Amino acid sequence: MSRPSDRVLAFTLFAAALFAATFVDAGIRRDAHEPALQRTERLVEDLRLSDLVLFTEARYTRHLSQADLHSAFQDHPVALEHFPSGSLLPPPALLLDRHEPLDREAAPSD
Amino acid sequence: MLELANIRKAFNQGQHNEYWALKGIDLEIPPARVNVLKGPSGSGKTTLLTILGCLARPTEGRVRLKGEDISGLPERFLTEIRRSTFGFIFQQFNLVRGLSAIENIILPGYPTGTPRARLVERAEALLADMQLSHRRDAKVEWLSGGEQQRVAICRALINDPEILVADEPTANLDSKLSAEFLAILRRLAEAGRTVILTSHDPLVVESEVVDRVYSLRDGQLIEVVDTRRAWP
Amino acid sequence: MNRWIEKQRHLIDFTASSLARRKGKSLGLLVVYTLLVFVLASVSLYTHALRNEATRVLAGTPEVVLQRLIAGRHDLIPPGYIEKIGRVRGVQKIEGRLWGYYYDSVLKANYTFMVPSDRRIAEGEIVVGPALERSRGLAEGNGISFRAYSGELHTFIVSEVLAHESELVNADLVLMSEADFRRFFAYPDGHYTDIALWVANPQEVRNVGLKLINALPDSRPILREEVLRTYASIFDWREGMMLALLSAAILAFGIFAWEKAAGLSAEEKREIGILKAIGWETGDVIAMKFWEGFLVSLLAFLLGYVAAYVHVFHFEFALFAPVLQGWAVLYPSFALTPKIDGLQVATLFVFSVLPYTAATLVPIWRAATTDPDTVMRS
Ligand SMILES: Nc1ncnc2c1ncn2[C@@H]1O[C@H](COP(=O)(O)OP(=O)(O)OP(=O)(O)O)[C@@H](O)[C@H]1O
Ligand SMILES: [Mg+2]
Repeated sequence: MSRPSDRVLAFTLFAAALFAATFVDAGIRRDAHEPALQRTERLVEDLRLSDLVLFTEARYTRHLSQADLHSAFQDHPVALEHFPSGSLLPPPALLLDRHEPLDREAAPSD
Repeated sequence: MLELANIRKAFNQGQHNEYWALKGIDLEIPPARVNVLKGPSGSGKTTLLTILGCLARPTEGRVRLKGEDISGLPERFLTEIRRSTFGFIFQQFNLVRGLSAIENIILPGYPTGTPRARLVERAEALLADMQLSHRRDAKVEWLSGGEQQRVAICRALINDPEILVADEPTANLDSKLSAEFLAILRRLAEAGRTVILTSHDPLVVESEVVDRVYSLRDGQLIEVVDTRRAWP
Repeated sequence: MNRWIEKQRHLIDFTASSLARRKGKSLGLLVVYTLLVFVLASVSLYTHALRNEATRVLAGTPEVVLQRLIAGRHDLIPPGYIEKIGRVRGVQKIEGRLWGYYYDSVLKANYTFMVPSDRRIAEGEIVVGPALERSRGLAEGNGISFRAYSGELHTFIVSEVLAHESELVNADLVLMSEADFRRFFAYPDGHYTDIALWVANPQEVRNVGLKLINALPDSRPILREEVLRTYASIFDWREGMMLALLSAAILAFGIFAWEKAAGLSAEEKREIGILKAIGWETGDVIAMKFWEGFLVSLLAFLLGYVAAYVHVFHFEFALFAPVLQGWAVLYPSFALTPKIDGLQVATLFVFSVLPYTAATLVPIWRAATTDPDTVMRS
């Protein structure tokens, strides 16, 4: 009689083996990606690039690190964003630091 | 084998609906005999049986098993004793639905950590003894009442208990099946097991397989009768 | 020890067959649970790997990018500005960058036009990023026309397509010669978009930044450190819209799991009564239920995680990428390098396995401690 616990444990073991396999696969892929990653690093250096091409919807989303005080990302932190990417990324910390005292000054006293 | 001394049992003690189901019972169960507790409904048969089978504790009084006082033992030890010494057959059979006959039979063996192969082997022997080998892998809800009862007997016997306890075991059986069941009990008693059952079925109480009858009324033992002439 | 193991196997036997008995319910639970772990693990693996890749790749960004502001708005670098910077001590190398955006009304997409400093591109030719190859069907030797702001059409020949392996940084690029760039945008001679500069002593970068602001009060230096910090915090903001949406799902699952785990059915209660009557201890019943909760949640974790791994690293996060990509028309297609953080996986494990296991145990406690004689009275 095949035992229920054997079937359950075998399946769990199988799943655990798959789980372990993802780590092996990750190692293999990491090694395989390494040369391309190095070439990308060189491209960034050569072209003087500063940002990832994640959100091309607007100029201040395309070059996140170059965004200035007046673009949408730097609206008030709890403001609703026009672009979805705005809700995924905070404005640069440096800008926030500068903005916070201003916000406090500007807030009406109650 | 089993001795009760001045057993009293209260339900809802200390509350406004306090009820004394047993009011001072002294009795002695002899080994390797078929014992029957009889009495009108509400007389305390089931309550007494749960105390005999270590399923419940008396409010007052002592329970002695083979001379040893077990009424003060903590729950863990009581469970251990219940598992190794008692086998239970319930009126509703209380089999676990969805499991096959054999899986139901080996359930009481799980907490003992006995290897499954050994449990299965023992269960198969018991099934064969009950002429049920062909229903081994059938789900219990597909079995007939008599078959279910025999599976319940097998389950009660899996840990090889010395004492078999049954509450109204024939209530769901017709007279032919009841007679067969009693024959099985006789066989078990002759093989050295102590059998204790409750019943108000005259067919059982007056049956010739019964060795001793205890009559209860209003939580008191009013009469003990040895029915079998041929005591060894 | 052997007995203990044998006993646990017995308990798993019982758990497994009671799960099998409620096949539909158990399977449904496992599927929903696995899906939830899958979504959580997908987002977690993806952002972690992306963050890592960004930090690694962008380490080669210029140490300082200097923009000029007029009235708080970005403005062009006028002639003579670069020379002024040259006098700031500690600056090793300075370069004016020429780049800008072009809105392609055909695709309704933004491209980044730039003049490369590392290669010479012949006039009339362009080098394009892989996203343009894909969306505009460009290949080497093809021509393409862009309408300049002046209204006239300029036609360029594609001389090269940048490597696909670097899409994360080059997807929307259009590289052209300086002469073409200035002509196309009517960019005044001697002006630049911004300035890239390198500092001799890495420890001095911050100081140089301060000196630059002092020397050129209208400038805004952006340090490499800040760029990297921007990308290190990628997707952290408000934990992301997706996680916000997901929290509703988590809540729903929580209720569902609680309801399923916490509410013991009459049938289950009866079963526990039977088990206790036939000699199971309270601890045995609890251990049996523990195995149920633990095995279900462990399986959900393992299967969900493996599916998420395959989804993120073998299928490029295909199911959720649209959410993250927002309204962008051009998006890079990139295979992330699997960078997995042990702590992250451990957190995921704990958060998926512990609560459910606990939820199955809580209600059982009461049921398992009921007196065994109750089964006689059902
Ligand atoms: N848990 C309980 N709480 C309160 N009273 C109880 C409880 N269990 C039993 N009783 C009462 O104790 C008395 C004896 O009950 P018991 O079940 O032992 O009777 P019985 O002789 O087995 O009856 P029957 O032949 O109907 O099975 C009854 O009056 C019953 O109402
Ligand atoms: Mg009764």
